[in-house]
Amino acid sequence: MSSIVLPGVQPASPVEPPRKGLTTWQTWGLILIAPYLLVFGVFVLYPVTYGLWLARNPATYLRLFEDPVFFRTVVNTTLFLLIAVNLKFLLALYLSGFFIHEKRWIRWLSVIFIIPWAVPAIPTIFSIRFMLNPEWGLVNSLIFRLTALDGPNWLTNPQLAMAMAMLVHIWKALPFWTLILMAGRLAIPKELYEAASVDGASGWQKFKYVTWPSIRTLYLTSTLLSMIWTLGDFNSVYLLTGGQPADQTHVLATLGIRYIRLDQVDQAMATIVVALPFVLPMVYFMMKRLSIDDQQKTS
Amino acid sequence: MTSRKLLSEAKLWLVAIPILLWTLIPIYHIFLFSISSKDSAFSGALWPDKPTLRNFSTVFRQENFYLHHFWNQIWNSLWIALAVGAITLAVATCAAFAISRLKVRGGRTVMNAALFTYFIPAAFLAVPMYKAMGAYGLLNSRWSLVLAMVTLASPYAIWVLKQASDKLPWELDEAARIDGATPLQLFRLVYLPLMTPSLVAIGTYAVLLAWNEYLYAFLLLSHENTIPLAVGLGHFLASDDSPWEILMATALIYALPPAAIYYAFRRYMVGGLTSGAVKS
Repeated sequence: MSSIVLPGVQPASPVEPPRKGLTTWQTWGLILIAPYLLVFGVFVLYPVTYGLWLARNPATYLRLFEDPVFFRTVVNTTLFLLIAVNLKFLLALYLSGFFIHEKRWIRWLSVIFIIPWAVPAIPTIFSIRFMLNPEWGLVNSLIFRLTALDGPNWLTNPQLAMAMAMLVHIWKALPFWTLILMAGRLAIPKELYEAASVDGASGWQKFKYVTWPSIRTLYLTSTLLSMIWTLGDFNSVYLLTGGQPADQTHVLATLGIRYIRLDQVDQAMATIVVALPFVLPMVYFMMKRLSIDDQQKTS
Repeated sequence: MTSRKLLSEAKLWLVAIPILLWTLIPIYHIFLFSISSKDSAFSGALWPDKPTLRNFSTVFRQENFYLHHFWNQIWNSLWIALAVGAITLAVATCAAFAISRLKVRGGRTVMNAALFTYFIPAAFLAVPMYKAMGAYGLLNSRWSLVLAMVTLASPYAIWVLKQASDKLPWELDEAARIDGATPLQLFRLVYLPLMTPSLVAIGTYAVLLAWNEYLYAFLLLSHENTIPLAVGLGHFLASDDSPWEILMATALIYALPPAAIYYAFRRYMVGGLTSGAVKS
């Protein structure tokens, strides 16, 4: 494995001015960083290289594009990213404004509000899955009690099922992003709001001229990051619909796993490779942002 | 003035009540099922006629077809979570120390490699990881899940620990070096004690990540004796007439430990996440 690991160690110039005993310290640096390099080489670099090699055959992509499930999946994934992520962020933006109120009961509410983020995905998603059961679920029995009408088949209609998967995703991830945006709002100096109040600004004007300019970058970066991660949201879809009915509700993350289950690993890899032209620029952008922040902080 | 105050308070409640319902109904639904008999659970009642703890005793005595390995699976979950916590902590602490304090050559490149792994969607990495684990002959061994989760947890761990360790004053290192300390002494006697709060947070993060993981667990492990409880829960849905009330009781038992740990360490977790995940 060392042949794969070593190249990562060569480049870059020493940051610190040379000092006595540099070699001992550098040697220990290499020894201490070696375990992670080993992990990265064995469980990221090699698998990814191997995976890309498996997906090298153009015929695999042709077969993938001919699979009607694939086309449907691409549409689903795009809608999922555009609708679920943006809806989630609009809600998070609104709720972050609500939760920064300095009241004791709102602080308690925020503790409850985090529960979906704090608990594992399976129990809650299964719970929602049964709530949406057309015959025995809580939702339809409430609808029946209130209106004497039968509720819809939430999970056997592909469009409805996708919408429900989006709701599950939002339910789970909303608290986290609300917290992030709250931190952004709390960093805005109070004097700005006081000055705006003196000038007679309305609530909307305060948001437009004080809040939004201060947290816009955070909002957009977070949205981007959330889009990358939502692309890998396997649980919200798989545990709710399992891709059913008739493989109509897959997203790329679940489709890749479906191909593995069908023992078509090269096709599974191809599914991911197809998404890379969209994912890699976003990942590159995020890495750039973080390392710029990092440099500013250390210098 | 007071009526205006009342109005603004009422406006807040108008937001608060939907939030409360939205957040708690799925949680309450788990609890409701876990204390209901099957008939009562399937009737859509909001509270069971006769609340019962039967489901829990069924789980603990492994008296259901899906639960024959319950204690074994919960032990697997625990073992895997603790192993991931310990290994991630060891790997990430050493790496962060080497990058941040020893300024090892190529540290930036390693940091970038770690960040790359952090940002790539985990479900995308799962496919090549599955194939590689097969090639290593690790499939169906608990170690495959442990190592996969260490791979997923380390990048964020290194990033957070590096951030925290960059804030430690350089004078400490200088003093230690002048006193003739070896790098290992600096690590053990100066670095580790000062980093303890961050280490607790990161250890907790890795343990929770591993305990909660479903995708990698069900992909890498399929043998009854090696799967963690998360995968065991998934098996309940193998048939249409699953015992949902028992599933929910098991799910509640599965969800409580991580929730309790999360709330116990919430101060560290939220602070760590907000400072680490996104920068404004």
